[in-house]
Amino acid sequence: MSGVNRISGAGRLTPARTARFTFDGRTLKALEGDTVASALLANDIHLVGRSFKYHRPRGILSAGAEEPNALLDVSRDAARRQPNVRATVQEVFDGMKVASQNRWPSLSFDIGGFNDLLSPFFAAGFYYKTFMWPKAAWHKIYEPFIRRAAGLGVTPTEPDPDHYASRYVHCDVLVVGAGVSGLAAALAAAKAGAKVILCDEQGEVGGALHHDIGTVIDGKPGYDWAQQTGRALAAMANVTLLTRTTAFGYYNHNFVALVERVTDHLAAVDKTLPRERLWQVRARKVILANGSIERHMVFANNDRPGIMLASAGRTYLNHFGVAVGKRVGIYTAHDSAYEAAFDLKRAGVAVPVVVDCRQKPGEAVLEEARNLGIEVLTGHSVVNTSGKLRVASISVARNGGGGQRKIAVDALLVSAGWTPSVHLFSQSRGKVKFDAATERFLPGIYAQECLSVGACNGTDDLQSTIDEALAAGELAARAAGAEGGTQITLTGRNAFEWTGGMIGAAEGAGADKTVKAFIDFQHDVCAKDIRLAVREGMHSIEHIKRFTTNGMASDQGKLSNMHGLAIAAEALGKEIPAVGLTTFRQPYTPVTFGTIVNHSRGSLFDPARKTPMHAWEEAQGAEFEDVGNWKRAWFYPMAGETMHEAVARECKTVREVAGVFDASTLGKIEVVGPDAAKFLNLMYTNAWDNLKPGRCRYGIMLRDDGFIYDDGVVGRIAEDRFHVTTTTGGAPRVLHHMEDYLQTEFPHLKVWLTSTTEQWAVIAVQGPKAREIIAPLVEGIDLSNEAFPHMSVAEGRICGVPTRLFRMSFTGELGFEVNVPADYGQAVWEAIWARAEPMGACAYGTETMHVLRAEKGYIIVGQDTDGTVTPDDAGLSWAVSKKKPDFVGIRGLKRPDLVRDGRKQLVGLLTKDPKVVLEEGAQIVADPNEPKPMTMLGHVTSAYWSPNCGRSIAMALVAGGRARLGQTLYVPMADRTIAVEVSDMVFFDKEGGRLHG
Amino acid sequence: MLLIYCPYCEEERAELEFRNGGDAHIARPTNMAEISDEEFEAYFFLRENPKGVIFERWRHIHGCGRFFNAARDTVSDRFITTYKAGEPKPVLDAEPKTPATVETYEALEGAAQ
Amino acid sequence: MADQAMATRKAPLDGLRGGSPAATVIPAAPASRVALRASAEAVSALSAALGVTLPVRPKSSASTGKRHVLWLGPDEWLVIDEDGADLMSAAASSNALHSAVDVSHRNTAVIVSGPGAEVAINSGCPQDLSLAVFPVGACSRTTFGKAEIVLFRAAEDTFRVEFWRSFSPFVFGLLSEGAVDAAH
Repeated sequence: MSGVNRISGAGRLTPARTARFTFDGRTLKALEGDTVASALLANDIHLVGRSFKYHRPRGILSAGAEEPNALLDVSRDAARRQPNVRATVQEVFDGMKVASQNRWPSLSFDIGGFNDLLSPFFAAGFYYKTFMWPKAAWHKIYEPFIRRAAGLGVTPTEPDPDHYASRYVHCDVLVVGAGVSGLAAALAAAKAGAKVILCDEQGEVGGALHHDIGTVIDGKPGYDWAQQTGRALAAMANVTLLTRTTAFGYYNHNFVALVERVTDHLAAVDKTLPRERLWQVRARKVILANGSIERHMVFANNDRPGIMLASAGRTYLNHFGVAVGKRVGIYTAHDSAYEAAFDLKRAGVAVPVVVDCRQKPGEAVLEEARNLGIEVLTGHSVVNTSGKLRVASISVARNGGGGQRKIAVDALLVSAGWTPSVHLFSQSRGKVKFDAATERFLPGIYAQECLSVGACNGTDDLQSTIDEALAAGELAARAAGAEGGTQITLTGRNAFEWTGGMIGAAEGAGADKTVKAFIDFQHDVCAKDIRLAVREGMHSIEHIKRFTTNGMASDQGKLSNMHGLAIAAEALGKEIPAVGLTTFRQPYTPVTFGTIVNHSRGSLFDPARKTPMHAWEEAQGAEFEDVGNWKRAWFYPMAGETMHEAVARECKTVREVAGVFDASTLGKIEVVGPDAAKFLNLMYTNAWDNLKPGRCRYGIMLRDDGFIYDDGVVGRIAEDRFHVTTTTGGAPRVLHHMEDYLQTEFPHLKVWLTSTTEQWAVIAVQGPKAREIIAPLVEGIDLSNEAFPHMSVAEGRICGVPTRLFRMSFTGELGFEVNVPADYGQAVWEAIWARAEPMGACAYGTETMHVLRAEKGYIIVGQDTDGTVTPDDAGLSWAVSKKKPDFVGIRGLKRPDLVRDGRKQLVGLLTKDPKVVLEEGAQIVADPNEPKPMTMLGHVTSAYWSPNCGRSIAMALVAGGRARLGQTLYVPMADRTIAVEVSDMVFFDKEGGRLHG
Repeated sequence: MLLIYCPYCEEERAELEFRNGGDAHIARPTNMAEISDEEFEAYFFLRENPKGVIFERWRHIHGCGRFFNAARDTVSDRFITTYKAGEPKPVLDAEPKTPATVETYEALEGAAQ
Repeated sequence: MADQAMATRKAPLDGLRGGSPAATVIPAAPASRVALRASAEAVSALSAALGVTLPVRPKSSASTGKRHVLWLGPDEWLVIDEDGADLMSAAASSNALHSAVDVSHRNTAVIVSGPGAEVAINSGCPQDLSLAVFPVGACSRTTFGKAEIVLFRAAEDTFRVEFWRSFSPFVFGLLSEGAVDAAH
């Protein structure tokens, strides 16, 4: 027998198919198909955890996703361990290890339990008051204490070895929930020819039919009908049936996120299977068939292990064949719980009493109770319970007072009625309405293309549910364009009509401030806490929720929200709709990070963009730096070299011999069309009409507010064709910016833009020997100074392949940028290197590039500018045309603040001590002795050791900087103040003769 | 994730393919260099940020690449219409297509106040 | 130049193969490609010059032999010639106003083929790839994870996926993972 509470012949599991698992180290037997909860209950284990705040013993409350108590640590192996798993959802597999949480040293003896005795200190909102003073104690005492005492499971420390998948999928009709209404709706939609996705969070279809054995559909027991229907649906080509799949988020425009738990129930896992799969569904129509969630009764000490929802008691008995006790009491305000009593009684379990707080339960259930000889106490309440680690007895009293009767039980099934699950409807931004007659919120005004059917829509009667679902299924299919099919009809009946239900505190909750009548089990919120919140001045349910934390645990108040609201409304003396309902948020139930991240891990987290020469650079031992998504060669250390030494060597070599640099990541845009020059006139501050084909020009691009947006060299390839370069990081946004103006402001221009960033591999060869290096490789281009001066471009061939060759320089040296089609990049680089290396040239990286350009005072947009710098601020007013009638930024440049005196201007800084290198970002002041707050004049934008100048150099934005040339300013640092002299920005080869070498 | 009808692709596509481009029907002055500070302020800086219908630009940046315009209800995120760049601002029905009763998260949450 | 050997071509995904029994993921052979831009009045001249009728319906393509013209936007096409023909010269011979830019090396491509090809691509692509919505011959620029791709359905179970070369490892890697998941 797989557990002492397993009843022979009861339930739907196969006794021969067993699985072994451990709970807190103890090996237990389960049946295939068991949840952890059913398996523990089969082994007579009710106590599974300690509560969050008071560390009270807690048991299993439900049999579904709404479970607030039975959160366990479940592991397959050391790395595959997950805390806070709901025992009622997790299926058992052979070899699984389960551990209780939030207890020390053991589950049955927990030190934290003394919190329960100290509970007067832990009243609602205690953390707002108790731990306020002294301030210093917060970090050292209060917070560590609370963190240790509270909280749930412990996060695993090893990396998650599993993988996760994701799929986008489209359908005509998405049906959420595969109970009676979901199955019927899906069937109708599928028969009409629609493409249907039907999902259900449980391991198999059926929903409430798992426990409600009184239902007959289509002449069959409801459960059997569900399984048959599920199989029929799964076999249809136009239907995707997803079990163990929770629709956890309903987003804009019928975008619904589902998580499918693929392997968590399997003992042996195929490694190619993802652990979970995220389905990102776009549905034309959504049918919500979420069902309803049973509420517990709110009374004193209603949280003892053994006290659970009546429907859960039925599920464990009717589906899993497990009796939750030997003497099971019932406490209810709703007829449905009577059926639990009937089922248990028929299974041979003692049911000593049904306590019903109503005067008039349904006649049919009363009669059946009489027939079965079950004592029913109407107009009575359970006013207290006893039992240390499990309920042992209940105290029952007539409503309005009178003597108490103590009745021994080892389990108590409770029901306050059913709450329609409007979570997804609410997530869809639909507005709920309160139905006063049945005291429940129901879907009111729809915001998206969805329909609610069945219990979540407040439809109680089975035949009405079926009819409503069939109609909705067909309607949705037709609305989505399905034209096929057959109309179907189904009949169904229940054993009993159900009446009743209550929200809020029952008699047994008392007005007494010390009574613990729990509303929210996971956050230990009691009825008295809600009342306290109201007394403390909270009037909105949103404030009450945050003050008490009611409904803020991981179960999001699936059981507690309505009770809390009713108690608040009563305390406020208001109607429930006037107190308001909190909005339900995604996710419906907790979702793993793995599912959200899915494929985006490791090398697929972000594209790592590599240039065509990357492999060569790697083989040379280059260090790389990230620039956007690009991996750029940073420097090439030789054996034993530090970064500083490598960069110093590269800097000297480039200026003394030559260097080869991978500039492929520069953004490139081909601007083609008869109006190309006109368009560039508008996009750049410079004039382009007079640029002749074969020549290049440095251009500055502004936004309309007048600030520098990007810069780069533009070459005119032909009258109607320009080769524009952008900064590496700026390529996509510059193209977007240009497209924006072209399409929406200047659509009359005949010009088109094409990104060619990746078409060309770019090899910069810079230095006195640059020409000598490449000349023998180049065909069809005269490289002489006369034919091909600085800022020229020509098309020809290099190493036998086409090239666009630029004579340009970002180093201040004689330089070329060899553009070749990207697939040839590595071969041409190797050919250049084969000539460069014997001459003593080096390969250099971005760090050396930065130093060399700083030695020349060339700015880097985004480093020396920050989106508030004008061309004049940067000393580039020479590049702004004074003649053009318009360009983007022309008006912005005239704004009063952009032309005022004293703006920050880019200048050079020379430290008085030439060995000191400033820190980029450091602030600059005029008077180092000024009391704080000091007047900050600006900041350092670039600072390097310059091997070619033999000293440190820096660039800085300084208020009125150009008027301060020669002045001494100060850079206060944490440990010292550095004196600097303001200089111009050209630190090397001030005459610029080397460019033309 | 929004579903946006691209008037050039003549199809609804996922928001992932698009980029929002701010308010529509704000023409860049043709006499840009001459406008006053106030005119520049109105052109470049000032926007309405309406609760309700907004006319805005989108670019189908990972699709056909075109900019187009949309009328969207900022409360419900419902697109009332989309149309090609350069087409005139459409006259919308007096009756909003979004039911007035659909409220914001804030309104739903704040119903008690 | 005479003493130099001609530079050899090296494609970014040379030699790689990925996928699963449900969908193979294999690099496409090098091809010549042109990003073609033109307004409506140039379409017929360009069609004649290229030997393929430029499609003007969204999401559609036209092919002649191994030359394919993919509609990307109302004035934009991607022309692919699997034989590597000189498309720039062909376009220029039209004498019609247009912009042709050689992007043969900017783009690279993989062929995803097999019964699970749709599912493999939907691991990162948000478009509806069912045959009714994305029939054989359909093409679209779209997103695939964090990369931009151009998708072209060459056959019921075969897609050509074009993307910028530096996104090769990302696109190939994600397609391969998607193909493995598509087998389940």
